[in-house]
Amino acid sequence: MIIWLLVAFPALGAALLLTWGKESDRFGHLIATAASALSFVWGLVLFVRLLGRDSDDRTVTESLFTWISTGSFHVEMSFVYDPLAALFVLLITGVGTLIHVYSIGYMAHDERRRRFFAFLNLFVAAMLVLVLAGDYLVLFLGWEGVGLASYLLIGFWQHKPTAAAAAKKAFVVNRVGDVGMALAIMLMFKEFGTTEIAAVGDSVAGATANTITALGLLLLLGACGKSAQVPLQSWLLDAMEGPTPVSALIHAATMVTAGVYLVVRSNAIFDASETARNAVVIVGLVTLIAGAIIGCAKDDIKKALAGSTMSQIGYMMLAAGLGPAGYAFAIFHLVTHGFFKANMFLGAGSVMHATNDDVDMRHYGALRTALPVTFATFGLGYLAIIGFPGFSGFFSKDKIIEAALGHNVWIGLATVLAAGVTAFYMTRLMAMTFAGRKRWREDVHPHESPRVMTVPLVVLAAASVLGGVMVLGDWIAGWLEPVVGQTEHHEVVLLGAEWPPIAVSALVTVVVAIGVAVAWTTYGRGEVADTAPEKVSFLTRAARQDLYGDAINEWVAVRPTVTLSRGIAWFDRFGLHRAITGVVTLIGEGATGMRAWQNGFVRSYALGIFVGALVVTLSLLVVVWR
Amino acid sequence: MRSGARASKPPVPSRLGRWATSHLRERGCPVTAFGVVAPIVVIAALGLLFARKAVHAALALAVVMIGLAVLYAANGAPFLFAVQIIVYTGAIMMLFLFVVMLVGVESGPDAVSEPIPGQRVAAAFVGLAFGAMLVIGVAQVVSNGFSVPKAAVEDDNVEGLAALMFGPYVLAFQFTAALLVTAVLGAMVLAHQERLTPQETQAEAAARRLREFAEDGRHPGNAPTPGVYARHNAVDAPALLPDGTPLESSVPGSLVRRGQVVPPPVTRGPGNSPAKRPAGDKEGEHRE
Amino acid sequence: MSELLGLSMILFTIGAVGVLVRRNALIVFMCVELMLNATNLAFVAFAREHGTLDGQLAAFIVMVVAAAEVVVGLAIIIAIHRSRGSISVDDVRQVRG
Repeated sequence: MIIWLLVAFPALGAALLLTWGKESDRFGHLIATAASALSFVWGLVLFVRLLGRDSDDRTVTESLFTWISTGSFHVEMSFVYDPLAALFVLLITGVGTLIHVYSIGYMAHDERRRRFFAFLNLFVAAMLVLVLAGDYLVLFLGWEGVGLASYLLIGFWQHKPTAAAAAKKAFVVNRVGDVGMALAIMLMFKEFGTTEIAAVGDSVAGATANTITALGLLLLLGACGKSAQVPLQSWLLDAMEGPTPVSALIHAATMVTAGVYLVVRSNAIFDASETARNAVVIVGLVTLIAGAIIGCAKDDIKKALAGSTMSQIGYMMLAAGLGPAGYAFAIFHLVTHGFFKANMFLGAGSVMHATNDDVDMRHYGALRTALPVTFATFGLGYLAIIGFPGFSGFFSKDKIIEAALGHNVWIGLATVLAAGVTAFYMTRLMAMTFAGRKRWREDVHPHESPRVMTVPLVVLAAASVLGGVMVLGDWIAGWLEPVVGQTEHHEVVLLGAEWPPIAVSALVTVVVAIGVAVAWTTYGRGEVADTAPEKVSFLTRAARQDLYGDAINEWVAVRPTVTLSRGIAWFDRFGLHRAITGVVTLIGEGATGMRAWQNGFVRSYALGIFVGALVVTLSLLVVVWR
Repeated sequence: MRSGARASKPPVPSRLGRWATSHLRERGCPVTAFGVVAPIVVIAALGLLFARKAVHAALALAVVMIGLAVLYAANGAPFLFAVQIIVYTGAIMMLFLFVVMLVGVESGPDAVSEPIPGQRVAAAFVGLAFGAMLVIGVAQVVSNGFSVPKAAVEDDNVEGLAALMFGPYVLAFQFTAALLVTAVLGAMVLAHQERLTPQETQAEAAARRLREFAEDGRHPGNAPTPGVYARHNAVDAPALLPDGTPLESSVPGSLVRRGQVVPPPVTRGPGNSPAKRPAGDKEGEHRE
Repeated sequence: MSELLGLSMILFTIGAVGVLVRRNALIVFMCVELMLNATNLAFVAFAREHGTLDGQLAAFIVMVVAAAEVVVGLAIIIAIHRSRGSISVDDVRQVRG
């Protein structure tokens, strides 16, 4: 198997488009889409080949060359293709290709479209390096690559100051997470002498508990940055400044899931440390609740979906933190979420396309008649995310809720509640956008999007519906067993009785229905104000401010740093600078003072000599007298 | 002269000396050469320090040197006594006085004000400290009294010095000889004045004189000697012209510059009777 | 002997103070001569103390050197007077910083 081909196609595409220049503007997007498609096809081939092998023979390692070889530090540029990587490859290239196709239509009027596609290809290549890496350093290479691509794509519309600021924010917050990642890699090298994933997994048994916990927490920090988990979540909502295909690909389906991938890939470390696992669970729990609350109060359709993304990734993190009981379901939900969230983001892009790029849902209303295909596909994605029985989201989310309830009743109940909130804000979104009365602005004439945009919507909608097939016969758990181990099953005990899975699903469905009903009566039947109301509850105000995430960052990180740097600058100017110039002045003044002794008068010099003779003689006498 | 060693025979004293020594000895105060000379020397040294005019300072120094010579003689160094008088007082001090003469007795710059602030105070303070330290420290360290003089000190002074000089210290002697030669050469070099223009020959001088007479009316002959046609022929009394006015060119230029020329009323002709002199002026008072 | 030394020290100090205080170059020179004489007296005193003639010889050599020094020094003073017209040591201030 030639694994590196997967990376080569999009990498070549990016390089070609960036170096070819303006000449390739006419067909650049086709080259990029073709590269992504080729990568998908090859991924499919490799997947089939892997299926054909025995279940314990499904890890293929391929080393391209020796990257670093100094002293005892040895790093190969190696790719590992195993069941986990296979799933991710298909997700990235599949959804990626669909979004490439969509972007041909969406970015048709942008004169820098070629560069856009180059960056998209760059992203796909970097993400593939990330998931195929056999060594943590190679993973880090891909990690940074997707960070770069994210920065380039969020700030693609460079002329908008908000976009530039958002790109910078995303990069900086990610950097904080990258510190954790880097420290983890360094710790691995120090403790194990190697950073190869498989070798690290084998060395875990011989390491101290503190080392493992430290590694786990550091990797979690890195994952938080990339996956927009609390406390590094503030960049995700601002990242909606980028073009919608970017939001769909990077900030819904793939890049933000890299954190979950990292945790699952490092399952050896997390299995060995309960503290790290608990930390992951707490992070996931807090984020899923926070994301849900934020999503309820956003009038910007993309920001509402971003809040939803944050919440869903919280689910995945929670599942990953449950250990062997949850790894497989985390990945399952990751894949299904990739389908329906990308679907909904592209649908939102379609809506924006129809309303002159307006994102405010208060200016929408009754768009279902004007945008039938968009409405239909969006609706299917919506049903998937709220967990309508039979859709993919139903299966994936319920598995996670089951595992959470089996681990800890309170955490499980929190996830159930969050599912209800999810249903609430998603129904709110649907109602404000597609139902109700028309609240369109003056010059808005909504029309359906061209085929190049609607076809990907249809494909993704289909995947949202049918994705649940993966859980049939526990296929996903078995498929991922070589990587994550046997999936444990904990019994769910509520109110003293054991609940079978079907009962759990029923409970969830009931809660979801309540959420849908509340939202529908408020926003579907009721009046939606044209502008956001001023007098709202404290929770709504807080949710509008992203639960004060930015304010917290400002006070915890930015203000102290700025104050510190101002203090240092002041110290440098008035303290250090003055001290140094003070020394200079001192020497100068001293010299000028001493110049006065050189007055040219012989008698002054004679006096000096005389005094010197006095001192010398006195000291000699003292010595003699002693 | 010997020091106050009572064992040896004292020389024949004068009547005054006999009375002084016996008188003072009765009062328990032995008269020694040191006791007499030391105060004189110290007073003279202080006089050197505080003298206004250079000549007074030179004379004070001469007194010091002679006093020291006496002390040398009293302490078993007759040769040094002689050399001190002949070389130091006789030659070196005379040199000083010659230079004072050349430079001018009036040209001392020691005004009352001191340009360097604090110099006098610092000098006085440090001087006192130094002196006190030396006297108390050094002079007391040597606690032995006078030792019995050895024979070599007294009788064979010159021979003994010669034996030392041409014996162990012959090198020092040679070097000082070279030093003297060098000093003489150095003085010659310093005193030499290079002519910047060629020396005027006799013919040129004569031609110049006649040219000046033609142009300015200057008298081409010899300058008149001072005091001619005057009552006095001192160097500072100018010659008088037939109409009674003093002739500046008859007096050395340096005296004119110093304002030391005798004014005309004193040098006027036979009419200079006491009745015609300015009131309150006695004969010769103008002469400074 | 100690009184001789004491006198020598007193004369030396007076000479040193004179060098510091007087501005007429000739008088400064005279003070230097006074200091030299004081040291001569000390030499003679020590010669007497030890009963040898080395001190007297040293005093004699000092006198010779002093003579040479006076010759050169006075020639310098005359040369300076010829070129500047002044013999104040304060007027030669070119070495000021």
